[in-house]
Amino acid sequence: MLDTASRFSDLPAAPGVGYKAQHFDAICKDAGPVAWIEVHAENYMGAGGRPLAQLRALSERFALSIHGVGLSIGGEEPLDPDHLARLQHLLKWSQPASFSEHLAWSTHGAEFLNDLLPLPYTNDTLSRVANHIDEVQERLQRPMLLENPSSYLAFAESTWSETDFLAELVRRTGCGLLLDVNNVFISATNLGLSAQAYLDAFPLHAVGEIHVGGHDAQTDDHGAPLLIDSHGKPVIDPVWALLDRVLARGGPRPVLVEWDTDVPDWSVLRAEAERAATALALVT
Amino acid sequence: MTVSQARFREAVLDPAAAVPPGLQDGQRAPAGNRFSVYRNNVIVSLTEALQTAFPLVAKLVGGDRFSRLAAVYVREHPPKSPLMMHYGVDFPAFLEGFAPLQHIGYLPDCARLDLLIRQSYHAADAPPVPAERLQCAPEDLVTLRLSLAPAVRILRSPWPVHDIWRMNTQEGAPKPRPVAQDVMIARPGFDPAPWLLPPGGACWLDCLGRGLTLGEAHEAALAETADFDLAAVLTLALQSGALTDPTTKDG
Repeated sequence: MLDTASRFSDLPAAPGVGYKAQHFDAICKDAGPVAWIEVHAENYMGAGGRPLAQLRALSERFALSIHGVGLSIGGEEPLDPDHLARLQHLLKWSQPASFSEHLAWSTHGAEFLNDLLPLPYTNDTLSRVANHIDEVQERLQRPMLLENPSSYLAFAESTWSETDFLAELVRRTGCGLLLDVNNVFISATNLGLSAQAYLDAFPLHAVGEIHVGGHDAQTDDHGAPLLIDSHGKPVIDPVWALLDRVLARGGPRPVLVEWDTDVPDWSVLRAEAERAATALALVT
Repeated sequence: MTVSQARFREAVLDPAAAVPPGLQDGQRAPAGNRFSVYRNNVIVSLTEALQTAFPLVAKLVGGDRFSRLAAVYVREHPPKSPLMMHYGVDFPAFLEGFAPLQHIGYLPDCARLDLLIRQSYHAADAPPVPAERLQCAPEDLVTLRLSLAPAVRILRSPWPVHDIWRMNTQEGAPKPRPVAQDVMIARPGFDPAPWLLPPGGACWLDCLGRGLTLGEAHEAALAETADFDLAAVLTLALQSGALTDPTTKDG
């Protein structure tokens, strides 16, 4: 299939970071190899104040990725038209190089549960999610990227593998994918699968952005490892190795370092971005 | 065996509920404590959101007790919107009815103060009215209409909320006095803060917010507070950027 990655996002094939407000001064003074930043859409949907002022200033210096965490694209119910309108407004004024969301649900009834909850991979889920992606892309008049989840459990009812499910969504909707390599490592460990086999089966031609991040380790009831997607630590070596594998097979892509809890000083996050730059240099 | 989102949601919010059958690990064994990851993510993330949103309440109630309080609140009142900046609008009212903390009578108004400060933080920007706009003949001044900046909020409390806020945020602040206090939250630049209003000040600001002239607002404030000090509240409002000129259009 033709490599169409460039049309999924306009982000540069360079390191980016998940933006944290406390890094504003430092990142403006010394961005290091960081060429783009990613923000959570919902944090910039207020009427004004510092968040919007910072985003306006940053968008003049950096390419911007708007990453939604609240659309509930896997929800059983219709998408929230108010939230779609807010997204449309944010994307209109901030003109990001990329918009992405998650293969997950978070809203049920009128309640937002503030977590990315898992989906069974069935034909029903597939049609529903595809319809929702169609609706989003139609409304926003741009392709979106859909991110693979980190899984802590599986559904007995699933009839699709996650990679086939994502590939079919790409085929049906023309959306791109956000490949979170840390999520792949977490899901593979948690479900006893091979991360390398997952990546080999992943439709890399549709990947418009890659995520790496840190995670925590626990154990389940049987003493098996249970990794938690906490984004509160450095990226571990096996995840960097998976990134190398993806880049070697798929070529350079925008690579984002996520760090959302126990956020360190800018220099620590910048060093992670430098490591991503090194990985990209190997394939550029 | 299908697991509906309604069933999943119910089990996430109820720690005593059984893990829905149909959820499993990689070996097709029941998911067991793997489901707790979602329970934990939901409750902990909402508790942290509440803690960030209500720093004064969190300080007054204390860490562990606040977490227990939050665990009750987030299960009874999950967010109604994916905009976490708005979460907790009904937290003050919830505290009013929360029996274990009834003895802290001022707590709901402290929650209101936290909430209004956060609303102010995210409110629309507006250029403050320049002081020279008020340098006009007295007869022009009384007919002048000024607006409150979108980031201005007023809290009228039977409790010394401003004193309580100071004591918990500023080192060496005096102990709260046993008085009712009116507070104005304003946002010069990007950082909102509460200011203690002199008597009648809340009434005067409220009149401006309703579109009355300076003269009409002054009369209303005097009717409420005979010794209303216009100069004091006007200075405060100008210094804190609380007033905007309704005839100025912001870019």
